Amino acid sequence: MRYAMAIDTKKCVGCGDCVVACQTENNVPHGYCRDWIVERVDGTYPSLDLEFRSERCNHCDNSPCVRCCPTGASHIEDGGIVLVEHNKCIGCGACIQSCPYDARYSHPEGYVDKCTFCIHRVKKGQNPACVEVCPTKCLHFGDLDDPNSDVSLAIKDRKWKVLAPEAGTKPQLYFLT
Amino acid sequence: MKTRRDFIKISTVGAGAAAITYKAFGSKGFGLFESNSVDPVSDEELTPYPTYCEVCFWKCAAWAYVDKSGKIRKIVGNKNDPHCNGRLCPRGTGGVGMVYDEDRLKTPLIRETRTDGTQHFREATWEEALDKVASKMKEVKEKYGPEAFGLFNHGTPGGQFHHLLRAYGSESNAEPAFANCRGPRSSAYFSTFGAYVGSPESTDIRDTNCLVLIGSHIGENMHNSQVQEMSDAIDKGATIITVDPRYSTAAAHSSFWLPIKPATDIALLMAWIHVLIYEGLYDKDYVEKYTFGLEYLKDHVKNMTPEWAYGITTIEPEQIRKTARAMAGAAPAVVIHPGRHVVWYGDDTQRGRAMAILTALLGAWGKRGGLYFPEGVSVPAYPHPHFHEPEWTWKDWNAGRYPLATMGITTELLKASVPKYNYKHQVKAWLVAGTNLPLSMPDKRLFKEAADAVEFIAVMDTMPMDITGYADVVLPEATYLERYDVIRSAANREPNIALRMPAIEPKYNTKPGWWIAKQIGERLGLHDYFNFEDYSEVIDWQLKQLGTSLEEMKKIGVKKYPRKSGPLYLGDGEDFEFNTSTGKIELYSVDFADHGFDPIPKYTKHPEPPANFYRLIYGRAPMHTFSRTSNNPNLSDLMSENSVWVNPKVADLWGLKRDQEVWLKNQDGVITSFPVKVRVTERIRWDSVYMVHGFGHNNKKLSRAFGRGASDTEMITNVAVDPIMGGTGMRGNFITFLTEDPALEGKEVKA
Ligand code: SF4
Ligand code: SF4
Ligand code: SF4
Repeated sequence: MRYAMAIDTKKCVGCGDCVVACQTENNVPHGYCRDWIVERVDGTYPSLDLEFRSERCNHCDNSPCVRCCPTGASHIEDGGIVLVEHNKCIGCGACIQSCPYDARYSHPEGYVDKCTFCIHRVKKGQNPACVEVCPTKCLHFGDLDDPNSDVSLAIKDRKWKVLAPEAGTKPQLYFLT
Repeated sequence: MKTRRDFIKISTVGAGAAAITYKAFGSKGFGLFESNSVDPVSDEELTPYPTYCEVCFWKCAAWAYVDKSGKIRKIVGNKNDPHCNGRLCPRGTGGVGMVYDEDRLKTPLIRETRTDGTQHFREATWEEALDKVASKMKEVKEKYGPEAFGLFNHGTPGGQFHHLLRAYGSESNAEPAFANCRGPRSSAYFSTFGAYVGSPESTDIRDTNCLVLIGSHIGENMHNSQVQEMSDAIDKGATIITVDPRYSTAAAHSSFWLPIKPATDIALLMAWIHVLIYEGLYDKDYVEKYTFGLEYLKDHVKNMTPEWAYGITTIEPEQIRKTARAMAGAAPAVVIHPGRHVVWYGDDTQRGRAMAILTALLGAWGKRGGLYFPEGVSVPAYPHPHFHEPEWTWKDWNAGRYPLATMGITTELLKASVPKYNYKHQVKAWLVAGTNLPLSMPDKRLFKEAADAVEFIAVMDTMPMDITGYADVVLPEATYLERYDVIRSAANREPNIALRMPAIEPKYNTKPGWWIAKQIGERLGLHDYFNFEDYSEVIDWQLKQLGTSLEEMKKIGVKKYPRKSGPLYLGDGEDFEFNTSTGKIELYSVDFADHGFDPIPKYTKHPEPPANFYRLIYGRAPMHTFSRTSNNPNLSDLMSENSVWVNPKVADLWGLKRDQEVWLKNQDGVITSFPVKVRVTERIRWDSVYMVHGFGHNNKKLSRAFGRGASDTEMITNVAVDPIMGGTGMRGNFITFLTEDPALEGKEVKA
């Protein structure tokens, strides 16, 4: 089992619904976020290209954040979901420094927090909250080992890229281009 | 402090490209956090209550999930609802922020004058506040007649006050949604097809082969089901044609983007019509069977060639031909989106007509993938005595002008309130329900004059908006998640209704709109018009007439009904009588000709920005609705202020840097109250600037929104009024930049 997400940049409208849904689902305090939107513009008027990307933790296969965690609070769950056990986390921030995607933040209660792929939902066979809410249905989630999962079907016939492949982290967020 | 903005560095940014993120850290940054965080709870531990969203006018049905401590944890779309298909937009998802915004209006307020002449609000009981409103209404009725009591209304609670005023004897109401927004398209489509496009619009985007957006910004305006259907249309490979001087989100997702010179849209539309007719691409059978006036139209557009339009619009003739052919190739499955907020240059009804005519030539009205025939459920009125007909109504202010206005015009209501305009019928007092006039009306001077002139203003709202600052009495309303409201019934492909019930008790000392209206009504002796104890009785009675009940609706939230009016589309060659003077689709409008208006749209040249000035274009961001959400804690997290979009060439010329704060000054010398950050972007033409509407709040009580960003509305002092229906065209304003604080300058002069 290998959970992953595909994000269709041709359909995302950058509305931020995924961000609000995550905030309410996971009680992310105001002023912080686990997912966010990047808008990238290329070219000169009127020959332009625009891409919206809904980004979050990449749940990397080769995760530096887990490797550098001194307490084992950062760990890998079944299906490759990278999690932080809040009770064990001492808030040293080593993982924040090591993540090339800046996917983690310091929760005001003193631990480090980030996207969990909504594991509490996924365990029950539901989609993460961001996937479930997205009005353009441009987020696809599922098990890459299952060829019929949403995410496998989404990347099957499309071009895609991952962010910062040079970092060698083997990220599991696939951006359809 | 490390912020997530750092991730820009790792995005694959090419040469000359720029990446930005929306994610601002809450307006106060770190430290805003209240220590009440808990892990996510599973849905099974939460109780869902049915509601429909009130963060915009789309009214998506949803479930509000409440935890054991009585807190609303999240709001999720109702899967059975055609407005949302189980997915809310960001504003709907963030609707919970409306309830938990600690800046809410909490208790009734009454304006008082101190001995030194200064004024302030003091807290009051409901008894006192309601007595005050009712006694003022009595006084106005005795002195001037009930008609002199005016109402500005918007949204669901506005309807309760409309009912109150009708019972009281007045029909002096107006809502910004007509003359400041979509009125021109109503008149345009009605005069062409004898029918309205409704809300949600009856656009069949789901099944279209070609979607044409001219002045529509799907994705930035989050009209939920349309955003979803556009996404489906992209999947199915539909052609999308977007006409916009700005590289909008929709433009970026389109097959064709026509970066038109602002204010020239009618020329492009007429050139498209020219191509369809002169290349013989229009739907001949359809046009012959259903339309009136092809010969006039043909003659009219003879010289309106793509080459002619090129000189006006700056769109290459070949692009005009290519896109016209793409539409014809997809016809009749083409949606020319009628748009919303279509008040631009004062000839907006005519622009709407051109769009309607184009739709007709493509044979797309009443066809799959074009515009379908919507059907709604008519909710029976709860029994009450007849309303007395007022001696005069909003129609009388128009006094022969704007013959095709179908609703009250807000600007006319303002003018009728100012004695110097000498209207035969004067308005002396206002109720304002759910509309923030200082940020929704152009020409603030007129608003201020009118607010000064009236004897009394009562404002009902959930938030201390700018408008509450003008009130004599402030009536704090419960939010939509804390109250019953009217049954939602809107026309869709399938008729349907939705229930809104309270998920929690009203917080603070706030009350539902229906309760406030009823209490005032009772004080005016109008009990028979409010013959219920609790609004749930009204709803239950209505639902029973509709073959369901409150009990059932509490479980399902949304109920669909089979269509009774016939199929969604016109059958091939089916006889059909349109509700127009000729019984046909009027390419040539007989009504317009009778009223002395152009029966076929003409292109008129509009003023262009003077040297060193830029056209002010304003619009929507997906996470905000008008000015009403700027203080919502969840949504201001996503976007806490607006910025002014400036083309890099212009920025160079002025030496403006990204995020530099500037003040804007318009052609009439008006300067923004607050500075606004510069966003240097290729997404805007060099002759224009762009701002998201709804920021620059002037009420200090809005702790997150006060002074954040600038108000575009402030810059709109030149209004081009549509002679046909009174629309207030607002795109004819030009701004320039001030890099120094104008207030400082003033102080230095004084010193
Ligand atoms: S909700 Fe969907 S469309 Fe909106 S920003 Fe997120 S991914 Fe993009
Ligand atoms: S994105 Fe960052 S936090 Fe997430 S697994 Fe990779 S390195 Fe760790
Ligand atoms: S479109 Fe968004 S804000 Fe409007 S009613 Fe639907 S969910 Fe609410």
